[in-house]
Amino acid sequence: MSLLNTMPEFTVTTKIDEMLNWTRKSSLWYMLFGLACCAIEMMQTGGPRSDLDRFGAVPRATPRQSDLMIVAGTLTLKMALRTKVLYDQMPDPKYVISMGSCSNCGGLFQLAYSVCDGVDKVIPVDVYVPGCPPRPESLTEGLLKLQEKMMQEKWLVRRGEDEVAAAGA
Amino acid sequence: MDAAAFHQALQSRFGDAIGPLESGFDPAIRVAPGRIAEVCEHLKKDAASAFDCCSNISGVDYPKRSEIEVVYHLFSYPKRHALVLKVGVPRDNPAMPSVYRVWATAIWQEREVFDLLGVVFAGHPDLRRILLPEDWVGHPLRKDFVEPTEYHGISTKRESML
Repeated sequence: MSLLNTMPEFTVTTKIDEMLNWTRKSSLWYMLFGLACCAIEMMQTGGPRSDLDRFGAVPRATPRQSDLMIVAGTLTLKMALRTKVLYDQMPDPKYVISMGSCSNCGGLFQLAYSVCDGVDKVIPVDVYVPGCPPRPESLTEGLLKLQEKMMQEKWLVRRGEDEVAAAGA
Repeated sequence: MDAAAFHQALQSRFGDAIGPLESGFDPAIRVAPGRIAEVCEHLKKDAASAFDCCSNISGVDYPKRSEIEVVYHLFSYPKRHALVLKVGVPRDNPAMPSVYRVWATAIWQEREVFDLLGVVFAGHPDLRRILLPEDWVGHPLRKDFVEPTEYHGISTKRESML
């Protein structure tokens, strides 16, 4: 008789890493960070028709409660410095979705004197969503991609063990 | 009243301060930089013109003429007519009086012209940058503005991915 057979029927077995990742990806609270017209599309994505809520993504008004920053819109150089501050205020683990051409690379306004050519110049980006602006389906797809990425993570594996071993040898 | 009538009336009152009438889609009256506040005051108070609304103040850079032109778009709600005033200030020392005592809305609009073109409005109560960051160098709507290569360590050029 194996151990599994002794358990009650409602028991689910899994790996701890997977369970942690599953809980984390299923309550991905995103910070409201609408900078331009992409914000309108982000509101639609959060609205009833495409409904980000069903993936556990809920908008928060403060970086202190957020896991995800959706940078939606043109990032000016003035705002870039503030974006960095807001990103630093978010608790780890934190993720960034760059939404739309402007925050991917500066987009239409790339050559303008006041526009930061891509949010990845200031903060690390996990998923880039193309479009000008991206439709709600695209942003939803971006969120699902991010969830896939989160499921790959292994938080319980100690980082840098190889480096420690290399330093000792 | 149309622009020509305003031009005539202003010229008879202010004489040399009023320049020629510029024709175009919106005919414009040129005003001497030093007298602009006076002229605006009169245009607002005078019952015939009654310009109670300053719709827009903008600026244009003309490097060939070595001049920055500040453009005033006025509108009168009671009389339903509009007028354009233009003031040319030298490019190397762009200074002129503020009209904020006539229309309070000029405070923000003049700040924008100062921010983007560097025109200094004498007597303005709060002449700071309004759109760009405080530590920005230069005035970007001037034709000879050169974009800096970086801002606080953020490079302003996007490297080609190809």
